[in-house]
Amino acid sequence: MSNFFSKAEVTSSGRPVFIHNEVECHLLSGVDLEPEDHHHFTPLKSGILILTTHRLLWLHSSSATTPTSASAIPLAAISHIFSSRKSLKSVFHSPRIRFQVLVSPDGRLFDPGSGSGSSSGSGSRSVAVTAVIRGKGDCDGFLVKFWDSWRARAWESNETSGSGSGSGSGLASGSEAGTGTGGGLYSSDGSLRMVGVAGILRKEQQMWESTDKSLQDAFQDLNALMSKAKEMVMLAEKMRQKLLSGTSSQTSGTNDEDMGSKEEMQDWLLSVGIISPVTKESAGALYHQQLSRQLADFVRTPLERAGGMINLIDAYCLFNRARGTELISPDDMLQACSLWEKFDVPVMLRKFDSGVMVIQNKSHSDEEVFARIKSLAAKPEALRNGVSPTDAAMSLGIAPAMAKEHLLTAESKGLLCRDISPDGFRFYVNLFPEIEPLNIYFVKDYGMCSTWIKAVSTSG
Amino acid sequence: MARHMAQTADVLKTFPRSASTVKEARPREMQKLGDFKLPHFFNYPPYFTLQPVRETREKQVQLWKELILDYCRTQKIFVIKLEEEFPLFSNSVIERTLSHEAREAFLLALAAEGRAEWLDKGHRSCLILWHRIQEWADIIVNFVKDNGFEDSVMTVEEIRSGIESRGTELHGIDRTILMRALKLLEQKGKLAIFKGTSTDDEGIKFSV
Repeated sequence: MSNFFSKAEVTSSGRPVFIHNEVECHLLSGVDLEPEDHHHFTPLKSGILILTTHRLLWLHSSSATTPTSASAIPLAAISHIFSSRKSLKSVFHSPRIRFQVLVSPDGRLFDPGSGSGSSSGSGSRSVAVTAVIRGKGDCDGFLVKFWDSWRARAWESNETSGSGSGSGSGLASGSEAGTGTGGGLYSSDGSLRMVGVAGILRKEQQMWESTDKSLQDAFQDLNALMSKAKEMVMLAEKMRQKLLSGTSSQTSGTNDEDMGSKEEMQDWLLSVGIISPVTKESAGALYHQQLSRQLADFVRTPLERAGGMINLIDAYCLFNRARGTELISPDDMLQACSLWEKFDVPVMLRKFDSGVMVIQNKSHSDEEVFARIKSLAAKPEALRNGVSPTDAAMSLGIAPAMAKEHLLTAESKGLLCRDISPDGFRFYVNLFPEIEPLNIYFVKDYGMCSTWIKAVSTSG
Repeated sequence: MARHMAQTADVLKTFPRSASTVKEARPREMQKLGDFKLPHFFNYPPYFTLQPVRETREKQVQLWKELILDYCRTQKIFVIKLEEEFPLFSNSVIERTLSHEAREAFLLALAAEGRAEWLDKGHRSCLILWHRIQEWADIIVNFVKDNGFEDSVMTVEEIRSGIESRGTELHGIDRTILMRALKLLEQKGKLAIFKGTSTDDEGIKFSV
């Protein structure tokens, strides 16, 4: 009868003694254990069924007496757990859990720990056992946990680490109140136990550590990627150098094929963002050459409209708008303009002292502009009130910003003088050279001064 | 009849004559500052804006230096205070005024050639030496000789405002300048300065 089951030790208070690493999972009360075949064992009635990670334990429960022993079914002996059958009958009956246990040749429960029987293969007889749950416990939950524990096969890791030290190291949920989280943290094999709050924290810690490790691994890959990228860049540099040395050493004796491939190479390099060095030394990369010429052609019309001089920024906007797509960057614009020096194009880039950059016709001559400004400033109206940038702009047919640049340049050449007042910034023809310091009241008859005096006086 | 004509005249007076109806035969006279005759370029607006171009600036500074000295000499002005109104620095006809920066620039130029001296570190007050100190010293010596004061004693105040000084350049001379000139002469042994009995004036003993 009770010989069928394995023996489970019980403490003096009637709690089962857990073997090492065993953790209690669920408890049901009022449970009968019945074999399908009464030959194997007499049914156990009205006990407490305890599910642990390793065994199913049945304790005889009665309020009067403390059980002195318990029956155990090692989960390793269980060959199958039947899923619960829902039928009309089961609605009225107490819930049942059915499972199948292996039986060794001697008729007793197969006990893997005792070493009897080599493997489950030898004692292939099995007996179905039904646990009838007459108590009020959560049967479905129990069943789930039963499955989990059985599948987890916690006893197998136990076997590999050898027999337990038998210290019965207390489990936090177990009977030994005193040990708590202290002594119970480390299992005999040195690995941490996942138990209670400390267990949760440990789990968190382990998770972080594994994440960290995987991140490190990932960064290893990134480093590997970067070192590869470095290699790529070095390769590109080498090619650049080759091209550079290639073009400088050869003069005109290259065959067209070579030149073609070299240009292709330059284009390719350019497209991956590497500016060809050839730009600076010789006629420049094909791209910039073409752009430069295109720009020179394009800019002729706006230049005419603007009177021979156009602000670089204005030209940039116009050019890009004309292109529609494939816009060029300000850098490209500057490069293209600087290339004009090397070509024979009728336009040039010019920088004023104030920093303003303009595109102007090569045929544009400063002298001509100055002459026009001078004659403008000598007009009676200008003699009386001076010339403002707007006046000059209208008269010369250019943009006011350009006009101001011209006026400032004329001033620096000594042709004009500035007059700053609440009315604004104006320029007058320069009379200072005509005035003699030692003879300040003297006015030459036909000089600019007398013209000015006449003009000013007739205003009334 | 007369009253009617007077009325018409009054009516005519209220309407200013338009520029187009009147053309002056000869250029308008240059305005004056008090009794000082201004040169024609005083009405040239750029004259009142500090010029940036070097050559132009040099000319402008030169012209202003001359003008300042001339004006101060004729008007007997010895001190210019930069932050106060100075008639020469404004022109109401063309509505221009010299900026503080410009005034300082011109006075600095005068000081650089010994024709002016700053009275304070903040450059707010400037002494104008349209006669150099040495020239003033010479004027004093001539004054003493002309009036026979070779061995006399006079107070400083008497030199600058006494009866004898009237009609001479010494009349109304700035006290600071006078003292400097006197000190210069004292160094040369031409006179001796001593403190008088009254606390507010010194005495001069000539030994020219």
